Amino acid sequence: MTLHLAVALDAAGWHPAAWRESSPAVFSAGYWAALVAEAERGLLDFVTIEDALGPQSTLPDGFDDRTDQVRGRFDAVLLAARLAPPTTRIGLVPTATTTHTEPFHVAIGIATLDHVSGGRAGWRAQVSPRAAEARHFGRREFPPVDQILNRPGGVDLSTDPHVRDLFAEAADAVEVARRLWDSWEDDAEIRDVATGRFIDRDKLHYIDFAGRFFSVKGPSITPRPPQGQPVVTALAHARPPYEFAAGGADVVYVTPHSAEQARAIVEEVRGLSGDVKIFADLLVFLGEDAARRKARLDERDGAELVSDAAIFTGTAGELADVLLEWRRAGIQGFRLRPGALPYDLTQIARGLTAELRGRGAFRHAYEAATLRGLLGLPRPVSRYAEVS
Amino acid sequence: MTRKQVHLAAHFPGVNNTTVWADPRSGSQIDFASFVDLARTAERGKFDFFFLAEGLRLRELKGRIHDLDVVGRPEALTVLSALAAVTDRLGLAGTVNATFNEPYELARRLSTLDHLSEGRAAWNVVTTSDAFTGENFRRGGFLDRADRYKRAAEFLRLARELWDSWQPDAIAADPETGTFVRPGGIGTVEHSGEHFTVQGRFTLPHSPQGRPVIIQAGDSGEGREFAAAHADVIFTPHGRLEDGQRFYADVKRRLAKYGREPHQLKIMPGVTFALGDTEEEAAENAAHIRRQQVGPLTAIAFLEQVWGRDMSAYDPEGPLPDVEPDLSEGVSQGRVPIKDRAAMAAKWRALAEEKGLTIRELVIEVTGRQTFIGTSEAVARLIDEHVQADAADGFILVPHLTPGGLDEFADRVVPLLQERGVFRADYTGTTLRDHLELA
Repeated sequence: MTLHLAVALDAAGWHPAAWRESSPAVFSAGYWAALVAEAERGLLDFVTIEDALGPQSTLPDGFDDRTDQVRGRFDAVLLAARLAPPTTRIGLVPTATTTHTEPFHVAIGIATLDHVSGGRAGWRAQVSPRAAEARHFGRREFPPVDQILNRPGGVDLSTDPHVRDLFAEAADAVEVARRLWDSWEDDAEIRDVATGRFIDRDKLHYIDFAGRFFSVKGPSITPRPPQGQPVVTALAHARPPYEFAAGGADVVYVTPHSAEQARAIVEEVRGLSGDVKIFADLLVFLGEDAARRKARLDERDGAELVSDAAIFTGTAGELADVLLEWRRAGIQGFRLRPGALPYDLTQIARGLTAELRGRGAFRHAYEAATLRGLLGLPRPVSRYAEVS
Repeated sequence: MTRKQVHLAAHFPGVNNTTVWADPRSGSQIDFASFVDLARTAERGKFDFFFLAEGLRLRELKGRIHDLDVVGRPEALTVLSALAAVTDRLGLAGTVNATFNEPYELARRLSTLDHLSEGRAAWNVVTTSDAFTGENFRRGGFLDRADRYKRAAEFLRLARELWDSWQPDAIAADPETGTFVRPGGIGTVEHSGEHFTVQGRFTLPHSPQGRPVIIQAGDSGEGREFAAAHADVIFTPHGRLEDGQRFYADVKRRLAKYGREPHQLKIMPGVTFALGDTEEEAAENAAHIRRQQVGPLTAIAFLEQVWGRDMSAYDPEGPLPDVEPDLSEGVSQGRVPIKDRAAMAAKWRALAEEKGLTIRELVIEVTGRQTFIGTSEAVARLIDEHVQADAADGFILVPHLTPGGLDEFADRVVPLLQERGVFRADYTGTTLRDHLELA
């Protein structure tokens, strides 16, 4: 069994000082097209693109005034769409938040990404817990994240009632998207000249969703996407987001820091869902001088890099050892966060994939044309289709 | 004296009866290849921009989803972003509703498109009146007409605050000094208005155009005023010469009040066209297209929208029946509402009687918009004449077929406009603002 490999793309990489070594044009389409082309040459399953409804910050909530780190990001769904025509096989998984956005718009945006990419779309569904981001919309008041962190037993955001509500809302948003994607049966368009009907209206369905946070009538305006259901993914660190991912996602990214932790997390997630694919996130610096590179960047940033995911420094061979060990703990794939772009991405796409192939653990060619196909997920039938 | 230059745009034939889906040459309205084909043809023809409409709820007639017309479309900005990868100069314009979106999110999506296309983004600002569409959205509900434009105007002001909040030179990205953002380069937005209260910071640097080109489509007094105050382009239904001239004069006159010059707002009616090697052939083509667009069932469906009742028992090839309109509620949802159905029904009846038209002939007659019909020479001349006579600054062409619907125009009419010296031989600028001479 081969493992699945994705990379998480963001700005100049996951080290906040990474831009100082490559000076990338992070606000040009060409920069991103080169990155995704490299990932596709490495036959990776997919790339994810980070996003948020506010600028980056070193603070838990609100803006810092740092001038030495990358600030600013594209809308990830539109960036993914821009990257679809120049690629042919790699999956494109933008982040879109479920908080503040309209589920109808997000659902048709992801469906459209699936149409323009010929079935390679995914969605990383994410909540926006921050009060600073809520103020960009002015419709809801959120408690500052700092305040939640300071409550007794704080630290784990996901146990907070406010954050629990955000996950409940996210679950509704994913449910709405999935219903909208199913709301046109595959063969709804009939173009029947004899009767003058373009569509068979009996194959279009109102989704009639009514929940705590919003209601959506449907059907979608966008015909069913090529994959039927684009691949839904979510990052999760604790019980409520595990539940959200197990209930709504096809792939969950988890953040173990050891093989033992990986085993425990897999056990917990498997208790919630037998189907969801479990990927582990790792932030990686690769190469003979990986540790030195990271130390140099830490020094430039004035602080040691911190991350929710484990941070790996070492060679591609050493990383392959870790991935295969974690795979034995039940992890099915990895979403690697390159410390610096394009350097660490190149190491992943060339060195690591070669290493894994040498051990019989990675593909030699793309075996499917859709992202679902690459992940071994079947194409689902519309839930509204009559079983004949 | 140089002649006024013509501006041209292409409308992807969307979801309605203008697209002749029954034609064997008609391809998919959803496959990306269809969008690529039309956009590349428009770019080959040196058009200013490519235009995509939006829909947010499927139309209904008599409580059921309307099934006679092309239906099913992508999310506009997502397709335009993908098209940015396969075109170089063509402007990319999308209709996005200001009623069911939030300024912060939409401003960053539009700015993203402007960055990714290197300055080719345009936003056609529309508002929605009905709770019917609102049923698909969190916001739900609806606003009355005056409030819709107030919200749209505040939406636009706020979007501009967001777009302008980063200094044009905010990004230093100097690895030597370690300065990515210049100190003070990112401003804070503090907006408190009737419809929106937004405080914080935007997430994107100044885009190549600073702000996307603003298009407005709407003909009411409020709509014209909104356009005069805010828009760079108006998409109008007034394509006929005298009607167009009246509209043109009216809207351009309103600009002074907002401190704007007439050239800062381009008036571009949406029009169709039918070509032929001879005038007769062109007329035949036009008639054939119209008959395909208004089939028997479509004719009845149009009648039902005005009469507000089931008319399915009547023969579309027969005379208008002698029944009175039911003015109580109406049977159509998801279309622009008809303001005075009684008056319209009376007008239609009078016209049918005067000209002896069948139901279908009547509908063909009343639902047509300005169409340029003729040989390539005649169509080029007509377009030029309309523009020189200040009936328009250019036109948004709505082909009746995809793919291929623009080929003949690009290959045969565009060269004649170029010969007349009223249309660019090649792009001279890189941004849509450059093409529209708005800079």
